[in-house]
This record gives sequence, C-alpha cells and structure tokens, in this order.
Amino acid sequence: MAKWLSRAPRLAAVGAYRWVDERLGLGEVLGYARQKSVPLHKHSYWYYWGGVSLFFFLVQGVSGVLLLVYYRPGAEAYNSVREITFDLDFGWLIRSTHSWSSNLMILSVFIHMFSVFFMKAYRKPREFGWWSGLALLGLTLFLGFSGYLLPMDDLAYFATKVGLEIPRKLPVIGPAVVDMLRGGAEVSEVTIQRFFALHVVVLPFFFIFILGFHLWLVQRHGNAVPPSEEAVPESERHSIPFFPNFFAKDLAMWLIALNVLAILAALFPWQLGPQADTLTPAPAGIHPEWYFMSQFEVLKLFGRWFPGAAGEILGILFFTVGGLLWALIPLYDKSSQRAMRARTTTWLGYIVLVGLIGLTILGYFDLD
Amino acid sequence: MAEHEHAESGGESRLQKTRRAFVRLMLSAVGAAYAGLIAYPIYRFLGAPARRAEGMAAVTQVTVQDGERLRANEAKMFRFGTRPAMLIHHADNTWVAFDAVCTHLGCTVQFQADKQRIHCACHGGTYDMHTGRNIGGPPPKPLKAYKVEMKDGQVVVSRA
Repeated sequence: MAKWLSRAPRLAAVGAYRWVDERLGLGEVLGYARQKSVPLHKHSYWYYWGGVSLFFFLVQGVSGVLLLVYYRPGAEAYNSVREITFDLDFGWLIRSTHSWSSNLMILSVFIHMFSVFFMKAYRKPREFGWWSGLALLGLTLFLGFSGYLLPMDDLAYFATKVGLEIPRKLPVIGPAVVDMLRGGAEVSEVTIQRFFALHVVVLPFFFIFILGFHLWLVQRHGNAVPPSEEAVPESERHSIPFFPNFFAKDLAMWLIALNVLAILAALFPWQLGPQADTLTPAPAGIHPEWYFMSQFEVLKLFGRWFPGAAGEILGILFFTVGGLLWALIPLYDKSSQRAMRARTTTWLGYIVLVGLIGLTILGYFDLD
Repeated sequence: MAEHEHAESGGESRLQKTRRAFVRLMLSAVGAAYAGLIAYPIYRFLGAPARRAEGMAAVTQVTVQDGERLRANEAKMFRFGTRPAMLIHHADNTWVAFDAVCTHLGCTVQFQADKQRIHCACHGGTYDMHTGRNIGGPPPKPLKAYKVEMKDGQVVVSRA
C-alpha cells in the first residue's frame, strides 16, 4: 500500500506526459533535439553567445514587465521611477537588473556578431541569418536608446535631445523623422509617451518576430563551422548532441550570465539623477552610453576636421556606408565562399573591431 | 572502487546509485535556492502596495469632515482607513456608522431614505439601517458597526 502510494505521483506524471504526447507529439521534438548535433572544435566556445544574448533578452522581458507594473509614462515618469527606486521593496534591484541586463545584452550581441563574422558564418546559405541578426542588433540599440529616456532624469533628457539632433542633420528626411519621433520641437512628456509605446510594444513586437525567424534559420541550417574546421577531413571532425550535451552547457553559460548580472545589479545599483529640467544646463562631461560612444567620437572628430554642417553629414555618411558594407559582406566575400581562409575579410573584421574599441576608448579620453 | 562498482550484478552499483541520488539532490537544492532568490524580491516588489494598504487600514479613529452638518434622515460616505464607510443621521437624532462594504461580494452599499434601509445594488442585499443586521437577499453577515461620538462639535468615528 505504502509503496503504491509513493509511486502514484510518478505514475500520474508519466500518464499526463503520455496524454499530451499523443496529442502534440512532444517525443518528435525531443527526438529532433537529440538528433541535432553541434560541431566540436577549438572555436566552439563562440557558439554560446547567441544563447547568452537570448538569455538577457528574456531577463529584459521579465524585468521589463515588472517595471511596467509601477512605471507611469508622461508627466509622472520621473516620479514613478523615483518610487520604484527608493520606495518600493526591491524596486531598485529590479530596475538595476533591467539596466545592467540591457548593457550585457548589447555586449553579448556584439560578441555574437563578431564571432559569426570571424567564423564566416554569414556564407551561403546563411545570409539571412546574418541580415536578421543585424536587424536584431539595430532593434537592440533602438530599445536601448528608447528605454534610456523613460526615467526622465537629466542624463536621459540630454542623451535623447542630443541623440535626436544627429539624425536631424540628414538631408530631406532628417527633420521629418525626428519631429515624428519627438512629437514636437522639444523633448517632453509627449516624447516619453511615444518612446514608451516604442519601447514596450512596437520594438519588442518586431524583435520577437525577427528573433523567431533567426532561430528558425539556426534550426534549419545548424551551426556553421569556420573555414579552418572545414579544412579538416569529415572523418576527423567531432560533434556533440544538442540535447542533452550542448543544452546542458548552454544552461551552464546562462547560469554564469545570471550570476554576473546578479553581482553587477546588486553591488552597483543603477543610479537615478535629478529630474530633467529644461532650464538646467547640461552637466559637465556628459556623454552617451558606451555602445554609442564610437559613433559619438566619430562625429566629434569629423566635426573638428570639417567645421560646420559638413562634419556631421560626413560623419553620418561614414557610419552609414560602413554599416552597409558590413551588412553586405555575404554578397562580396567570394573567397570565403569557396571555403578558403579569406585573410582579407578576417583583416577587415579586425580593423572594424579594433576601430570600434579604439574609438570607444578614445571617446572616454576625449570628454571635456 | 572498480571492484565495488561491479559488486552487484546487472545495472548500477550501490555507490553509483547513491552518488547519482546525491548529485540530483544537490542540483535540486541549488535550483530551488536560485528560484527562491529570484522569486522573493519579485514577491516583495509586487506586494508592496498591498502591505502599504494594510498599514493604512490600521486606522482606529476618523473624524468625518463636515459630518456634523449632515441633516436628519440622510447618510454620508467617508473613508475609514482604506475602506468605504457610511455615517447615517437618523430622524430620531441618533447617529450610526457602518462599514459600507456588502458582506456578500464586496460592493459598496447605499442608504435608501425612502425605503428606510441599507441596500446593495449588486445582488439586492438589504440591511437594517439602525443595526446593520442583514435582513434580506444574499448577505451572510451584518455590516460591521462603528462607534459614533460627538467631540467638540465634530463627528468622530472609531472601531467599536
């Protein structure tokens, strides 16, 4: 009797699983996951970064919904964030988690992008993976920019004001696009309201949609192997099953990511500056977040070299053309296409990587 | 150890079994600890307003603003802590106050001077206007009565 009782929950669970499996075919999914394999080589480590980016995106979803419970867009924005940060239990931790996770997400998306680039994983048939990934990067940066305004403290206000002045310099479409985003001549409650709509509804909607496409492509094509591994004869290559082996390693990476996030969010709580006031001058040494620092520095340098409006337009042009060339790499990198080790492309990648990091560091030294 | 592992015929040895059980237990414990560490701040965060309301509900006495101006055979709604309450000035010049939340499903009740009763519009519950006793419809319990006193010409309502 006692033995039967102790077995009952297990039997019930097995029965419930069978009932669902008969109707939804869970076994097929699991079987597919077991069949799928992940290549094992000396660069395999870089395969985790897409998953880490996804993890931070999920954290953003959960912590964002929690903030949504108390955040009030519009005129009360600053006050509601002040309440979340100082009055509500653990509000500071949830806000800090959301801010730190956004930074870590952008960082891991960048790492993911460069690892894909250096492994030449954008080659046929994975071009759409590269492009959808770049679209996700763009949305991630736009999410970062729109979310930055929402607390409406002094940094948020000036960052948005400056951030919107830059695209305004674009000929013809610039002013129209910026006025539409800003909802008036000044950054105000109206701007908060529409950035809020963008940040919590519009951008996440497109993000989830494109993310679904991106992940579907990964399922369809599997992990790409770098040219160095392609040179190894088929019989000498190694791989591990996706489930449970790689999945377990993925989870371990997520756990590390969670721990890093918890330490940063708890020990370095995200600050809230004084409320934005149009009559207060911008604080000294104000600068964009690190992920916009390189663009900021380019505009600054071009402004010095080409005084007047020309500097800004050339700076924007520089980034637009550079971004376009970066996006179109699968179309003109023909040597990698033939599975050769394309040193020119690798060097291009190094130049872009070092350039971005160098400009970012330079940006921090170049603050007046 | 190798001897030990094959000590039992067929399947895993006892050592392997206990090791597996130990690892499983430890993993479950660590997993539960993480889940708790994540869930607790979220629980506190979401529950903060409810706890604040509890603090406000701890009120024991309220002065009804302009309560003394209430005419005979009329009622006035006021807030007792977080809850709606009702002050009635009866025709015989007695004063009563009740918690104005219907004991059935929580709607706010009203005083009906013409029918000389307290009524809940949601499901037709009725209460005695002098005692708060449930006299008709679905309410299972009487309305909670407060104590009403006149202090320096003002109406002061307190927990009975």
